[in-house]
Amino acid sequence: MSELLNRLLGPGEPEVTCELCFELLDEYVELELVGEDADERLPGMRAHLAGCPACHEDHESLLAFVSRRSRT
Amino acid sequence: MAALAMPDVIVDETQDWLRDLRDPATREAACARLHPLLLRAARFEVARRNVPYGDRDDLALQAADDALIAILAKLDSFRGASRFTTWAYKFALLEAAVKARRRAWQRREVTIDDEAWGRIAERGGDQLETQELLAAIAAAVPRCLTDHQRRVLTALALDGVPVDVLAERLDTTRGALYKTLHDARRRLRAELEKEGLLP
Repeated sequence: MSELLNRLLGPGEPEVTCELCFELLDEYVELELVGEDADERLPGMRAHLAGCPACHEDHESLLAFVSRRSRT
Repeated sequence: MAALAMPDVIVDETQDWLRDLRDPATREAACARLHPLLLRAARFEVARRNVPYGDRDDLALQAADDALIAILAKLDSFRGASRFTTWAYKFALLEAAVKARRRAWQRREVTIDDEAWGRIAERGGDQLETQELLAAIAAAVPRCLTDHQRRVLTALALDGVPVDVLAERLDTTRGALYKTLHDARRRLRAELEKEGLLP
């Protein structure tokens, strides 16, 4: 699906709210960093991150920052 | 939700933070230790968002200050599912990101351009299927959505207005706007499914 269609139609599957996404974001990122299946452990997060540009950016930032910190 | 099994040293470090931030006798010193970590995260974020160099220090400092206040207010909601520092960093990154997005849009007017729907198929590139879907969406928008849903969808999905910026201009919350966007998307998907354009 094109980027524009994705923005207009969203992921089309069950997703968490922005509030719950923020609440779970630290756990989600740490699961990703240790190679766990974060999507299976925290259902609805992946779909929300695909559909919400702001939460997507917040996720990218936390993942990048924490992974950089854990390397130093 | 299952908690991550963490090494003892990390659990101990997290417990130390919680104890020191909760105890009035050690809170001030713990805040003084935490603030530089939050500032580092906020600086990382403002650099990622290409905030002009002259504004970065102020913006990062404000974000770290606001993050520390939010962390102290929400300390009891920390579930222990991650390291304490990972939990804390997300507040600093969020505060910095919101401030950076709002700063980038501070001199830009948010106008809802309904005319854009008439030109939307042109944005579908060469793919006929995409053009057809976009045209069907443009036709369905005035038919299926409320005025509020149409305005929110236009601003967020079509015009690329950041949700935090729109929330500030409309005096509402990011969560409330995303719920409106989600409902609008669901209505559009249902309409396209009815027309046989989506599986």
